[in-house]
Amino acid sequence: MKIALFIPCYVDQFYPQTGIATLELLEKLGCRVEYPMAQTCCGQPLANAGCEEDALPVYQHFTEVFGGYDYIVAPSGSCTYHVRHHYGVIEQTETVRRIRERTLDLTEFLLDVLKINQLGASFPHRVGLHQGCHGLRGLRLGKGSERTGEDFSKIKTLLQMVEGLELMDLDRPDECCGFGGTFAINEAAVSVKMGKDRISDHLRHSVEVVTGGDMSCLMHLEGIIRRQGHPLKVMHLAEILNSTL
Amino acid sequence: MNHAKKAASFIANEARTDWHDQALWFVREKRDRAAHAIPEWEALRELASQIKAHTLSNLDIYLEQFEKQALKNGAHVHWAIDAEEHNHIVHRILQKHQVRHVVKSKSMLTEECHLNPFLEQQGIEVIDTDLGERIIQLREEPPSHIVLPAIHLKKEDVGALFHEKLNSEKGATDPKYLTEAARQHLRSKFLNAQAAITGVNFAVAETGSLVVCTNEGNADMGVHLAPVQIHCMGLEKIIPRQADLGVFTRLLARSATGQPITVYTSHHQQAKVGGEMYIVIVDNGRSEHLGRADFRNALKCIRCGACMNTCPVYRRSGGHSYGSTIPGPIGSILAPGLDLEQNSDLPFASTLCGSCSDVCPVKIDIHEQLYRWRQVIAQEGHLTRVKKWSMATAGKVLASPGPYDFTGKMARTALNLLPRFALYNGLNEWGKERELPQVPKERFREWYKRVRGVGNE
Repeated sequence: MKIALFIPCYVDQFYPQTGIATLELLEKLGCRVEYPMAQTCCGQPLANAGCEEDALPVYQHFTEVFGGYDYIVAPSGSCTYHVRHHYGVIEQTETVRRIRERTLDLTEFLLDVLKINQLGASFPHRVGLHQGCHGLRGLRLGKGSERTGEDFSKIKTLLQMVEGLELMDLDRPDECCGFGGTFAINEAAVSVKMGKDRISDHLRHSVEVVTGGDMSCLMHLEGIIRRQGHPLKVMHLAEILNSTL
Repeated sequence: MNHAKKAASFIANEARTDWHDQALWFVREKRDRAAHAIPEWEALRELASQIKAHTLSNLDIYLEQFEKQALKNGAHVHWAIDAEEHNHIVHRILQKHQVRHVVKSKSMLTEECHLNPFLEQQGIEVIDTDLGERIIQLREEPPSHIVLPAIHLKKEDVGALFHEKLNSEKGATDPKYLTEAARQHLRSKFLNAQAAITGVNFAVAETGSLVVCTNEGNADMGVHLAPVQIHCMGLEKIIPRQADLGVFTRLLARSATGQPITVYTSHHQQAKVGGEMYIVIVDNGRSEHLGRADFRNALKCIRCGACMNTCPVYRRSGGHSYGSTIPGPIGSILAPGLDLEQNSDLPFASTLCGSCSDVCPVKIDIHEQLYRWRQVIAQEGHLTRVKKWSMATAGKVLASPGPYDFTGKMARTALNLLPRFALYNGLNEWGKERELPQVPKERFREWYKRVRGVGNE
């Protein structure tokens, strides 16, 4: 099984600890993982801003870099969603189709491919889960509160394997944080208000660490937390799953 | 950007924003409880979506069938290509019957056509009889929500308005008292009306009958009392059979307010004895929209407003921030079809969180359409030049590792070296209320190279 690690551009630049935790975790679970050095970005920031045409060369580059792997694993529901759902605009060669099927968010890879049921991780803290929208509603990593039917959450399943971790309930378990890519800049007032409201929910429920499958949401929340001086930390899910505190 | 500015001024009053958000979230939670009580909810949504898809694909056939049946029932049927023609048709009907006083029940279509100001210019009094609609009519402002038109107002605002306009007690805030004041005021309007105009929720092709859903019974009251009844409908309101109706009435009220059904579900098939029944079928851009393959699904909308109640942006920016007759997520995918340039900010007034698509009772892919409208807006040249240029540059940078490495390094170096006043200024929208990310000692790739040796090229 040839596994490629896709580290989203902003994670590469600003949150290396997330990339490191993802890599170490996968290796701990017995995977041989390659990190193709030529990788850049999935192109989502451009396409979400309406500039899909400018993103096409980025899509092409992505498919060239990741064409030869069985699985492409990313610690991001959002970037994974973009590759799977929005790469339909380039020519659907065998490689492209395969990439769109085989690009997985870390949680999917752990549960659906590796089918793990234990982790050997421990993280004795009160944790609040921020469910990234693209992971939740785009990749269906869990059942959103809008939908009826059996409750499930792949991220919660993984967090429940972590020893000592106390997962706190929230008043609004899956409301958007307000990041939204360029939305965070174009609609800064709404974006920040949404972030503040999410943070209050975590604070009301005595959360110590906010986690999630997307560092982009957490980057936005962290920006507000640090500005306002709240006693909250943010950590990507991979860091918690890789913890042996 | 228009929406962003209006939203920012809405949010400036944070306590009121919180109140608005919580009022609508309350409705969303009520909707959840109602939906979750129906085991076949998701199947029902799928069925409704398919019925609408089928109807839209055979719209010409069903519209003609509807007209034929309605004529057989003795109704008059008019077709309006646009808002202007719609308004003239309604005016001609009123002239024919020498009508000076009209009562109208809630109709987003007549809002869309700006019927009220048109008729008022012709010297005809039009009174909206839905309580929320009457409130905003007295305030001379548009609805901020399609089901809850005055949701942006508190009871104190209504008390002050009624004191000024209806002579109710000063400082009154008791909803029961205020509702009673409105009832007394509206009673005389109902009794004086010579014609009643209603919107239409569903038009059944098979029977030629119309269905109007209200909670206050005001549509019925108007129609029962006035000799002339006029029903104005967008051409997408058609459903094929009476048997299909139950699918939609089960979904509509639950999605809208969390009620199992609206208090009144009124079926109008023919005029009362001595009365006249008119139906005005309006296009106003709908058939053009039908031709847009990527956006056609938006015509499935049954106007429940669930996407507004769930939208985290709408709840924190208010309906008026959208500047279109229909606000919120569904408005943001309909409005660009009517005027792309005017509404080019709306598809960007969303984080693309997708909650709208998941609450939609007819499964419109709202957030995907928002995404696709963004592409159209960029292609048609409605992005600012700075934005277009920066995205084109980003595309070049991100398409190969060299420029990406270089630009990333520049950005991280700048963040590290620049003093705070240079990073956090008026130009930095991110930094106004948020810290920028802290720059790590080494980026992931540097770590990987250092610790693992040179990676796989």
